[in-house]
Amino acid sequence: MIQTGKEKIVNSLFFLITAVAAFSVVLITIGIFIVLFKESIPAIKRFGFFDFILSSNWDPVKEIFGGAPALIGTLITSFLASLLAVPIAIGIAIFITEIAPSSLKGLISIGIELLAAIPSIIYGMWGLFTLAPIMAKYIEPFLQNTLGKIPLIGVIFHGTPMGIDLFTASIILSIMIIPFTASITRDAINLTPSILKESAYAMGATKWEVIKDVILPYCKLGILGGIGLSLGRALGETMAVAFVLGNVNKLPSSLFEPATTVTVKLANEFTEANKDIHLSALFYLALLLFIMSFLILVLAKFLILRIREK
Amino acid sequence: MINYFTKRKIISKIALLLCFFSAVWGLFWLVFIIFDVLRHGISALNLSLFLEDPAPPGVPGGGLRNAIVGQLLITTFSTLIGVPIGVLGGTFLAEYGRRWKISKFISNLSDIMISVPTIIIGAFVYAILVRPMGHFSGWAGALSLAIIMIPVVIRTTEDMLNLIPWTLREAAFALGAPYHKVIIHIVYRGASTGILTGVILAVARVSGETAPLLFTSFNNPYFSLDMNNPIASLTITIFQYAMGPYKDWHIKAWGASLITTFFVLCLTLIGRFLIYKRFKH
Repeated sequence: MIQTGKEKIVNSLFFLITAVAAFSVVLITIGIFIVLFKESIPAIKRFGFFDFILSSNWDPVKEIFGGAPALIGTLITSFLASLLAVPIAIGIAIFITEIAPSSLKGLISIGIELLAAIPSIIYGMWGLFTLAPIMAKYIEPFLQNTLGKIPLIGVIFHGTPMGIDLFTASIILSIMIIPFTASITRDAINLTPSILKESAYAMGATKWEVIKDVILPYCKLGILGGIGLSLGRALGETMAVAFVLGNVNKLPSSLFEPATTVTVKLANEFTEANKDIHLSALFYLALLLFIMSFLILVLAKFLILRIREK
Repeated sequence: MINYFTKRKIISKIALLLCFFSAVWGLFWLVFIIFDVLRHGISALNLSLFLEDPAPPGVPGGGLRNAIVGQLLITTFSTLIGVPIGVLGGTFLAEYGRRWKISKFISNLSDIMISVPTIIIGAFVYAILVRPMGHFSGWAGALSLAIIMIPVVIRTTEDMLNLIPWTLREAAFALGAPYHKVIIHIVYRGASTGILTGVILAVARVSGETAPLLFTSFNNPYFSLDMNNPIASLTITIFQYAMGPYKDWHIKAWGASLITTFFVLCLTLIGRFLIYKRFKH
C-alpha cells in the first residue's frame, strides 16, 4: 500500500479524534460518579449511610436530612409502574409478533414507539389536568369500594382520593415504560428459532400453548432484561411524576396519598437550596439514584446481551 | 375428549384476545394523550403566542416568543456539540476499534447511559459548570442536552456504519486509499441517511427534555439571545405555567405542550420513516 507521510499523519489524527470522542462516554460516566460523590461528601460525613436512608426527617431549617420518604416513593412508584406495565408490554409484544396481520404490524409498532417519544413533561401536564381529575372522581373511589373492602390489602387504598398521589403517578409511569419492555420483548420473540415453534405446532399445540410453553420460556432472559430497562427508566423519571405527586415529604401509608421521589425532590428543591448541606443532601440523593438505576440498567443490559448471544 | 380440545382452543382464543386488548390499551393512551394535547392546545395557538413575549404574571395576553427562541437556541447548540462527538465516537466503535474489547464496552456503556436519569445529568452540569460560573446559563443547558445526545448518536452511528458491507471498504483499500479517506468518502457517504436518522431521533429525544434544564439554563421571563445567561425554554415554561395559579398560564402551557409534542412526534416519525425505507431494500 502506497501512503505518503502526510496521509499517515492525517489518518493517525483522525484515529485519535474518533478514539477521544468514543472515550467521552466513559469520561462522562466516571465524571458523573466522581462529581456526585464529591458533592455529597458533606452530607455523607454528617448523616452516614444508614441514618440517611432510614431517616424520614427533611428539615432545611434545622439542617437535618433523611432520604427515606424520597427513596421509598421512588421504589413504590417504579415497582408499581413495572407491575402494571409488564403484562401489558408482553401482551403487546406477542400481539405484534405472533398475532397481528403483517399490514397492521408496522402501524402498531410505530404507535407504541410514539408512546415512548412523547416528552415526559407532556405526560406530566396531561396527568395533572386530565388524568388526575378522572382518577379522583371515578377510578380511585371505585377501587376503594371494591379492592379497598378486602381486609389487609384494603389498607393501601384508604384516604381521600385526590388524584394527586402515588397511584396516579404510577399509572402515568406505567404508560411511559410500556414501550421499552415491549420493544425488547418483541426483539427477543423474533429471535426464537421458528423450527422450535413449528415443531410445537406440528405436535398439535394451539397458538397460545406455543407462546406460553415455547416462545416465552425461550426469551425469558430478554423479557427480564426488558423489565430491568423499564424499571431503570421509571426510577429516574422526573417531570411526569413531578406534576402529580405533590412533593410531600412523608412516609406514605396508602397509595392514595401524595408523596415524593428522589427526582421530584431534586426538581423542586435543587435551585432553592441556599445552604450547602441542603444541596449536598440533594446531591447525596442524586448519587443514590444514579447508583440504583445504573446497577439495574447494567443488569438489564447483561440479560439482553445473553439472549443475543444464544 | 372433544371437550378437552375445545377447552384448549377456547383458552388459546381468550389469551390471544387479551394480547389484542393490551395493544388496544397502549394505543388508547397514545390517542388519548395526543387528542387531549391537541384539544387544549389548539385554542392557545395564535400569532401572538409566537410573536410576543410573556406579559407580567397574572396579566392576560402576551406570548412565548422568548421560550420558543430559547428552546431553538439550546437545542441547536446542543446538537452542534453532541452530534460531532457522537458521530466520531460511533466511527471509532465501528471502524478503528471494531476488534477491540474496549469498543464493545463503550458501546454497552452508551446503551446504559441512554437510559440514565436525565435529571442527574442536570445536577452534574450544575456542579461542573453552573456553580463555578456563578450563574445559570444557556451554555450549561446546551451542554447537558449534548451529554444526553452523545450516547444516542454514538450507538445509532455505530449501527449504521456496521450496515455498510466490508467489501465496499476493501475495494477502496485495494485502490490504496488510507483508512480515514475510506471512512469519509465511502462509509460516511453510504451511511449518510442512517446517520441523519440517528441525529433526527437524538434531536427529538432532547427537544422534550425538561429535568436537565431546570438546574442549567433555568428560566428567563424576558427575550434573550445571550447563551451566557439564563434563557427560557418551552419545556421549563410548561412546568412553570402549569404549576402556576393563573388560568391564562395554563392555556399557554397547553399551547407550548402542543408545539413541543408536534415537533417531537414529527421528528420521530421522520426518523422512523427513514429507518423503514433503509431496511426495506
